[in-house]
Amino acid sequence: MAGRETAIEQVVEMNELLEVQGIGKRFRGLLAVDDVSFRIPQGSIFAVIGPNGAGKTTLFNMIAGVIAPDRGRISLDGARIDGRRPDEICRRGIGRTFQLVRPFLGLSVEDNVMIGAMLQRPDLRAARRHAHDVLERVDLVGKRAQIASGLTLPDRKRLEVARALATDPKLLLLDEVMAGMRPAETDRMVSILTELNRGTGLTILLIEHVMRAVMALAGRVLVLHHGAAIAEGPPGAVMREPAVVQSYLGAEAIA
Amino acid sequence: MQFVFAGASGRAWVLLAILLAVLCAAPWLAGDYLLTVLITILYLAYVGQAWNVMMGFAGQLSLGHAIYVGLGAYAAAVLYVNFDIAPWIGMLAAIAIAAACGALIGYLAFRFGVGGVYFAILTIAFAEFARIGFDHFGWVGASAGFFLPVANYARNDLWNLRGNPTMFYYVMLALTAAGFALCHALLRSRTGYYWQAIREDEEAARSLGINTFRYKMIAVVISGGMTAVAGVFFAFYYNNLFPEQVFHISRSIEIILGPIIGGIGAPFGPIVGAFLLTGASELMQNVLIAIGFDVPGAKQVFYGVALLLVVIVLPGGVWPWLAARLRLSKS
Repeated sequence: MAGRETAIEQVVEMNELLEVQGIGKRFRGLLAVDDVSFRIPQGSIFAVIGPNGAGKTTLFNMIAGVIAPDRGRISLDGARIDGRRPDEICRRGIGRTFQLVRPFLGLSVEDNVMIGAMLQRPDLRAARRHAHDVLERVDLVGKRAQIASGLTLPDRKRLEVARALATDPKLLLLDEVMAGMRPAETDRMVSILTELNRGTGLTILLIEHVMRAVMALAGRVLVLHHGAAIAEGPPGAVMREPAVVQSYLGAEAIA
Repeated sequence: MQFVFAGASGRAWVLLAILLAVLCAAPWLAGDYLLTVLITILYLAYVGQAWNVMMGFAGQLSLGHAIYVGLGAYAAAVLYVNFDIAPWIGMLAAIAIAAACGALIGYLAFRFGVGGVYFAILTIAFAEFARIGFDHFGWVGASAGFFLPVANYARNDLWNLRGNPTMFYYVMLALTAAGFALCHALLRSRTGYYWQAIREDEEAARSLGINTFRYKMIAVVISGGMTAVAGVFFAFYYNNLFPEQVFHISRSIEIILGPIIGGIGAPFGPIVGAFLLTGASELMQNVLIAIGFDVPGAKQVFYGVALLLVVIVLPGGVWPWLAARLRLSKS
């Protein structure tokens, strides 16, 4: 165990992709995120968990550029990205999904993904080919001609993953992508994400409530509670920490 | 909605060819009255197309498009009358002025996050500013109007846009065809796809790396510039400009009815809408006169009811329904 920890530390030292240092955000009187720091190594899967209201979404939105942190810094590949606009963050290599899915409802599945692909491919035919490839990877290619408004929720979630992937991100941010899915659909998403991570070396940051998915996917887990990080480590170890059990898992893990 | 050509069936091509042939032959088939109706239809189809770039493609509701018609009309008319500059050259100035005006409105709105109905109100406000401003703009006649010398209609002068209705008909037909081709090409370009993304969900568009401010600016500039061309036609066709007419909000509403009835989002929508609206309006007038029910305002009432019915029965507009009924798409 000790040896494995050392190996991970060395990887972190050598090529971390995302570095979050002491970021904080206050909304009026509420301290939503308080001095949170973590690092995500290249090629890893990192999860942020915590009860409702713990500050997960605020943290996510600061990384995605939707809101600017009050303090601290966020760096991608060594370059600071905090306070940048969402479109700039995407161009620098971070793709995201939305907790409440927001596909382009009036457009076809293929056009949804093609719009993502056009970021790196001004040529429309190349973008369409890439969209086709990405749809194959998330198992949606059979529905490419359908209008997005006709998709079921699990399909819409995979469409959002595909659309974000099409922008060729270095880091994929997933905001509760398993929420509202049945176990079989969760497993399907887990296997798609595992495949992406292993096959293409894609780094993934997921904010997740579904522990089944977190345990299956994440190499490291950060636990937030009242805006502060109360634990970080491999999922198995984190789940056994008394603070985590008490604050979060005590209620939900037994249920 | 935008599969107009990519998935067009052979049937669609045949119908389009027939429609174009009929329109080209119209001056020989139609009398003077019908020709003026057709000119109005094509004019509304063109400005509807221009407005559709903003609303139908990029999802930005403008309720003040008369400002671009008016600026274009005054720019070209003043250059022609006071400086002897031909309308086709003056058109360039008209486009530049309207595009700059669109850029100003767009910048104020998009830079400071004015969206949705508030953006629509801003567009109305600017059109009203222009109406009141031109009412007091003595150099261009103020509220007394600005007039172009009425030409000898015996000879057509295409370069100076002086001639008979047949010439104006062909000019308007060419503009409508060009506007359609431009919009069709735009919709299938990268810019067009980005507009649709913004229309569908601006926040999601931003998350895909789209600079939404920039693409909304492009939409308002292109739409304003296109609309100004219609203004040039308006000035030289009617030969008189009154601020109370060209900049009036009823003009702005007239522009948007066609695309709404025809179906926003697709380049055929504004064209279908213009034919239906103007056609129905003229037909109703003649029917009411024929049956002796020529009560003032009766036409407007029937017209309003007809609009209401279309909006209730076909909320997406007539074109998507028509395309499906005629099986114009391969799928």
